[in-house]
Amino acid sequence: MAGRISPDDVAHVARLARLELSDAEVATFASQLSDVLDHAADVEALDTTGVEPMVHPLPLRNVLRPDEVGDVLERDEVLAAAPDAADGQFRVPAILGDPE
Amino acid sequence: MSDAASLLGRSASDIAAGVRSGAVSAADVVDAHLDAIAAEDPDINAFNHVTADEARRAAAAVDEAVAAGRDPGPLAGVPVALKDNLCTRGVPTTCSSRMLEGWRPPYDATVVALLARAGAVAVGKTNLDEFAMGSSTENSAFGPTRNPRDRSRVPGGSSGGSAAAVAAGFAPVALGSDTGGSIRQPAALCGVVGLKPTYGLVSRYGLVAFASSLDQIGPMTTTVADAALLLDVIAGHDPADSTSIPDELPRYADAVDRGVAGLRVGVVSELSGAGIAADVAARTAEAVAALEAAGASVEEVSVPAVTYGLSAYYLIAPAEASSNLARYDGVRYGLRVDAPTTDAMMIATRTAGFGPEVKRRIMLGTYALSAGYYDAYYGKAQQVRTLIARDFAAAYERVDLLVSPTSPTTAFAFGAKEDPLAMYLNDVCTIPSNLAGHPAVSVPFGVGDDGLPVGVQLMAPALAEERLLAAAAVLEAAAGAGAATGQAAATGGAS
Repeated sequence: MAGRISPDDVAHVARLARLELSDAEVATFASQLSDVLDHAADVEALDTTGVEPMVHPLPLRNVLRPDEVGDVLERDEVLAAAPDAADGQFRVPAILGDPE
Repeated sequence: MSDAASLLGRSASDIAAGVRSGAVSAADVVDAHLDAIAAEDPDINAFNHVTADEARRAAAAVDEAVAAGRDPGPLAGVPVALKDNLCTRGVPTTCSSRMLEGWRPPYDATVVALLARAGAVAVGKTNLDEFAMGSSTENSAFGPTRNPRDRSRVPGGSSGGSAAAVAAGFAPVALGSDTGGSIRQPAALCGVVGLKPTYGLVSRYGLVAFASSLDQIGPMTTTVADAALLLDVIAGHDPADSTSIPDELPRYADAVDRGVAGLRVGVVSELSGAGIAADVAARTAEAVAALEAAGASVEEVSVPAVTYGLSAYYLIAPAEASSNLARYDGVRYGLRVDAPTTDAMMIATRTAGFGPEVKRRIMLGTYALSAGYYDAYYGKAQQVRTLIARDFAAAYERVDLLVSPTSPTTAFAFGAKEDPLAMYLNDVCTIPSNLAGHPAVSVPFGVGDDGLPVGVQLMAPALAEERLLAAAAVLEAAAGAGAATGQAAATGGAS
């Protein structure tokens, strides 16, 4: 069965998902993801004209609460779990400049 | 002092009654279970982390409450194992992933706080397939869990550590989470009771998200009465979870003895033929006969759209997962792999932190959501979800409960399903209830030709947990009375 997902597709999706894959992983994923999507061909072939999509099992509504300060997490305790923090904030490497 | 061995293998109801009356101490109960864990878990590997010190302190507090005449709670002194995707304040919560290795959450999941308030004593965090993605617990970054009924077999998954902990007698009860069968399938493979409640019945606050429209926390226990007891503690509205159902709830423990007289039971035709092993099908037929003997009427019912459930699930769940797992970016908690720029750091972190199955599902979900494919895959799968909900609704016009096997086979060997699609097919019977948001329970019912446990699944409409528990108790009693045939159970369990 011809692969539904090419190695190029896999490489593109990996970039979107912020994952770096080896050539071997790209080939494996292309084959495995194609198998799963081949299995899903039954869904693709189903006539669902006019069927509303179900995004959730419950009839979701906005849930609001009074705009009052409740219990909140301790900032220092939260920042202590971060890989890097400074001056009460999360710290990250450079975000501007050449991404390469 | 009680004999330690006599404190093992008892139900939660029994332990709580003993502790509340002062007949046994919570400290002795917890020590006996911690000793069993220390002796056997190095081989079983049900736990990622054992909280022995915290458990002894909590047990002492329960005993103090009893001594002082204060109510120690309905789960007084009951050891409980927590799936390691439930946040526990100050206690490592890893999701069996390198990504969260060493992370200590700054808060407790709502269910964890509710259990503590009820007097339960958490003994540790149990192993799972990484981020709850899998059906065998082989996808754990910290090594697989062995099935206590046969240590050469998988315990199922993703809540395999919780199922194994209960089956091995390390704790009489555990919590798992179920996105496509992750409570019920390991319960079936390890021979314990596993209940997935109605979506929204139990707060998901503090459950590390996999697929938010499908995830639900539930009990894994040795008895149906214990499942009801635990559900009474963990169910209920939580303002911290916007999908939490605000309804007034019944007392589930009261429902267990109601029986099935007059109930209409439907056998799902689409889940009883091809793909189900003969021994599993035979036990399921015996379970149906047992319900009939107890006064239920039985008919075969078609729920045609469930045949599309697997395909729809493996588009929807990875799509939601790819979005939920975007949060692991090396910024706020968990792993960071250093790199010169933030973008490069995020890529390096995610590449190093996630295992192969998690990457596979992130890739699948990202693809299904990407431009040009959204309508064909994700949108279509959501329409199929509507069809499944409609077909269930039509079936429940005719019957009160539906029956099927939980898993197509008994526990399989390690490495038996290396092809991802073969592994996904395990979930064919359990997935439809998640897609519909309905409750379902797996009850042990005899053994297969290999002597390993078979689980039978009961399904019901939203919020019909009482009916489900009553029918589950009938099956439990019938199995105990010999209605389930099959060869003698395998030995090798720790309990």
